[in-house]
Formats: sequence, structure tokens, C-alpha cells
Amino acid sequence: MVLGLGNILMRDEGIGVRAVELLAERYEFPPEVQLLDGGTLGLNLLPYVEDADRLLVIDAVHVGGEPGTVVRLESEEVPAFLGVKISPHQIGLADLLAAARLRGRCPRELVLVGVQPGVIDTGLELSPPVAAQVGALVEAALSQLSRWGIEWTMKLLPEKEGDDRWK
Amino acid sequence: MRAVEDALGIRVPENARIIRNLLGGIQYVQDHVIHFYHLHALDWVDVTSALKADPADTAELAQSISDWPKSTADYFRGVKDKLSTFVGSGQLGPFANGYWGHPEYKLPPEANLMAVAHYLEALDWQRDVIRVHAILGSKNPHPQTYLVGGMAIPIDPDSESALNADKLALIRKLFARAKEFVEQVYIPDLLAVASFYKEWASYGEGLGNFLVYGEFPDAAGKYLFPAGAIFDRDLSTVQPVDHQKINEYVSHSWFDYSDGDQAAKHPWEGETEPNYTGPRPPYEFLETDGKYSWVKAPRYEGKAVEVGPLARMLVAYASGESRAKELVGSALDTLEVGPEALFSTLGRTAARGLETVLVAEQLEPWLDELATHIADGDLKVHNGELWDPDTWPSEAKGWGHCEAPRGALGHWIHIVNQKVANYQCVVPSTWNSSPRDARGQMGAYEASLVGTPVSDPEQPIEILRTIHSFDPCMACAVHVVDVQGRELTRVHLDGSM
Repeated sequence: MVLGLGNILMRDEGIGVRAVELLAERYEFPPEVQLLDGGTLGLNLLPYVEDADRLLVIDAVHVGGEPGTVVRLESEEVPAFLGVKISPHQIGLADLLAAARLRGRCPRELVLVGVQPGVIDTGLELSPPVAAQVGALVEAALSQLSRWGIEWTMKLLPEKEGDDRWK
Repeated sequence: MRAVEDALGIRVPENARIIRNLLGGIQYVQDHVIHFYHLHALDWVDVTSALKADPADTAELAQSISDWPKSTADYFRGVKDKLSTFVGSGQLGPFANGYWGHPEYKLPPEANLMAVAHYLEALDWQRDVIRVHAILGSKNPHPQTYLVGGMAIPIDPDSESALNADKLALIRKLFARAKEFVEQVYIPDLLAVASFYKEWASYGEGLGNFLVYGEFPDAAGKYLFPAGAIFDRDLSTVQPVDHQKINEYVSHSWFDYSDGDQAAKHPWEGETEPNYTGPRPPYEFLETDGKYSWVKAPRYEGKAVEVGPLARMLVAYASGESRAKELVGSALDTLEVGPEALFSTLGRTAARGLETVLVAEQLEPWLDELATHIADGDLKVHNGELWDPDTWPSEAKGWGHCEAPRGALGHWIHIVNQKVANYQCVVPSTWNSSPRDARGQMGAYEASLVGTPVSDPEQPIEILRTIHSFDPCMACAVHVVDVQGRELTRVHLDGSM
């Protein structure tokens, strides 16, 4: 399960969702891989989290670095980091993971790839330093999937004019 | 959608009316149960105390109030073990912000364990029952099949992809599961918890004025929750609702009106021009003599009113609706309190449970009605006569209203030359959380907190109880400041979806 979290109406807050959109648009995955735009659904996502064997979360996280800094956290590090409020979604995601744990239905493996947001304010556009790292974030997600032995392929797509999400 | 239908005089087909009731009805049931267990219960239930409970005694308690088949000692022992491991890990997640051990928690450990068990049960239950939204609405939490003139879901007994007999059977099963949980878990828990907190029947009253637009129309247009307004707690008189009596003030809100900020505007003439004049955030102090809120102040006949489950149950009760009277009467008897107890924090929380029963009981009959139409060959779900804007008059005004789970919701539209000239929404939490108006009248939240005792200002659980009883649809913060103006504590309240 690849779960992108965030509110796309709050600029960099929506980076997780943007990354999942790009993964869906540009790559082919085997059927056991599920991509999900989790938005800000919070506890409504519990069944998806509980049903996942391995969970890869993509989200904006406050790591204290420069905007655009990409991080990778795994298993115990994830909720531990959330406990000190590094993600703007810390309530939603932390609650989600804790509720799954309380019910004894945690995914076997859990990895979070995230990016330090720059601007969290009303708006649809990512801030330039974060937009510049979308490609790196997608790469980080893909390499995690490879580490899990998942074979993905790139779709053959015509270049879209004006689409500079990779640059 | 209803605003446009009202503006253009569109009547929706019977099947669309029923499907809207089904979608709205299951939304009420799911929303209210989630509110009780996942947002409000922790104001009354001490999770850490549950660890001291005896599972066998818990089973005995649970069996004494309900026939719910899961309530065995083994079951509660399992929950207690899980909880114990969880609390031992130190990462409390949803329970991290509780005031555990606060002396205002009054439940015995067994009642706390029972409530925690049902908190967990409700997580699975809500996921199941809301599948009705996926079937009829194609998506939750924002159903996609609502359409001006009806619904976009096709009905066809012979098609796999349309609403057919198989899907009706699945919906029927989910409705049965919804009703069973409400009757056997939610209501017994609600009454059991309430019986330990009867003093909350005298706190948190608020305005004593209530407004209901009416919802869940039957074939004759009669509402399950009748429309009406009640003033000054007077249950002998229910006044008819006239939306022309609604006005909004911005005298204390960060908006400008073109003809001055003391003006009162009906939503058809409404203006939404934001003008933030508050301090630069983050700030420590907000001057409430001037503008201090992003919420407008709606008023009915110039009065502040409360909307939501308590308003609905009171108007239904005062209108003489027999099932509502029965449910309210039976709850009052169980708790051994009089009708005056309704005007309170406890009354508000109980009303939410009781109206859930009222709706849960109607789900199956509504579905039967739909099934009968389909059996008779009536498959119509959409009236497209006025779909083409060229068929519209050059100017039209409409008022669309519904009762959302949180209360009266109105949308007002003004259409000129096929375009939206003005659109205004007055949502339930705008009524309940409104700031003061030009005459200085308080909104429902503020009024309900007047006179609430707070035993420990560092842990103002009493304030959470009353504000959560409204099911606020917003994140807000409570700052407790002493008489010298020093801040003692601040509490953040997060609304649900």
C-alpha cells in the first residue's frame, strides 16, 4: 500500500498526494500494489492501513531541515517522529497507526518518505524548493518498492507540454 | 443542489427523494456513532481506569444493559490485554491528549472498559455501514451521485453496474447491522454513561432557542424531523420557519458589508468580503470588543438560536411526533430526570443518540419503498426537463435547505442570465459557534459555557464536554485566562470530517 497524505489546497501540505498522483500517472505496478490518495481522511483510512502487508506513506514532514529536504523513516521511527509533531498531519497519521497497533493489525513493515514543506498556506501550487524535489521523492518511493522486491516499470507517455513537475 | 431546484421549481422523482434519504440517513447513523465513541466519549470515559477493570464484572455490567452477544468475560479480557500492551508502549495515539485520572471522571473501571471495547468495535462497524455510500453515492465522504433534478445513479434490475436487487440486498444487510449496533451498543452505553453524570443535565444549556429546517421528507412531503422554531425553552409553541427571517451580521466578524458593518443581511443579499483586521498570528490576545472571528453571526428574527440534534428532538417532541416523544420519554424515565434536563450538555448528547434511533428505524422502510417502486417498474431517478440552461428564466432565486447531522444547513442562490450571481451558505456550525452580533448577543457555544464550573483550570475537561456536545465542525481553541488576564491554559479542539 502506497499512501499519499495531505491537503492539496494547502500548497506544500499536499506533496504526498501529488507524489502518489505522479506514481499512478507515470508507472505500472503489479496488482498487489495499491496506490491511494489518502487526502486528509484520518481514521477513515484505518481499513486500508490494517489490510496492508507493507505500508509506504508519503507525506510532508517537519524534519527541521531546508524546505525540500527528503527523508526516509522506517518502522518504529515513524510514530516516534510523529510523536514530536514533525508532520502537519501528525494527529491523523499518528492516530491511524496507534489505532491499528491497539487493534493488533499493524502492517508488517512501515516506511515513510517525506519532504520538509516550505509554505503551508491556502493555494494549489507547491513552493519552488518543494516542487524541485518531487522527482526525488518519487525516486525515494520507487527505490523503497524495489527494496521490497516489487517490480515496477515506467509507462511510455508522450511528453506533455508545460508539464514541468519533474524539473 | 436543492437551492437550484428551488430556484427553478424542479421536482425530483420519488426514487431520488428516497435515495437521498437513504444516503443522508446512513450518514446520520455513522456520523453520530463516530462522534459519540471517537470524539466525545473520551470526555466521559477514562481509558487508563479501564486497566483496573475486572473482565467478568464488565461482562456482567454489559449483559445487564444489553443483549449484545459479544459481551463475555473472555472478550473484555482480550480488550483489556490489548489496551494494557498499548498503554505500556507509551505511544497513546488518539488517547494521548486525555486528562486521564482527572477527578471529574466518574465511571467505575468496568464501565470504562466496556466503553473502550465499544470504541474499538465502532471502528469496524462504521467502516462497514458506510459502504452504503459507496453503493449509492459511489464515494465516501463526498458522494458523487447528487445531481440537480435527482440522482445520477441508474436503477436497472437487469444491469450489474446499476442499482439492482443484489445491491438492494447488500444495503438491507448493512442497514440491519447499523440498527443493531445503535440499539444494542450505542444507546445502552449512552444511557449507562449518562447515569453517572446526571449533574451535566444542569450545565451547558445555552440559548434556549432552537431552529430546525426539517429533513427526510416522505412521499407527502412530511418530514421525519419536522421544521420549526422554539424560543425561550417554550415547548408549548413551535413556530413555523420562514427563511426570510434569517439575517447575518458581521459586526464582530472579519468581513465587510458595503452598507456598513452594523447591517443585517438576508443570505440572498449576502456579501462575503473578507477583511482581516486581527493581530498578526501567532498572537496571544484577541480583542473581542471589535472583530474577532471568521464566522459570521446568523440570527433568526434577530435572535441567536441553536441548531442540531437537540433542536431536532425538541421540535419533534414539541410538535407531538409520537416516536420522538416515546424515545425522549423513555430516556428521561431511565435516567429518572424531568424534561428540563433536555436543556443541557447531557440533553444535547442524549438527543443525538435518540435521533440516531429514529433514523436507523426508518432506513429499512425507506428501502422497502424504493424496492416497491422498482418492482412496479418505476426506475426514474432524474428529472432532466430543466437541464438545459436555455430553459431557465432570466432571473431566479432559490433556498435549499437540509438538516445535516450537525444541524440546519441552508444554501441560497441568485441566478441571473443562467449564471450564479450570488451564492451563500449558512452552515450548522456557523449558527452554533457564531460570535456576537451587532446587539452583543452571544452565539450558542458561548452561551452554553456561561456558568460551567471548571474544577481545574489547567485541565478544563468541563469545557470540552460542552463544546464537544455540539459536535463542532472546526478546529478551535479555548484559552483559559484568570482575572488578571494571565493565561492558565489553552485547549485545542479538533472537529471531525
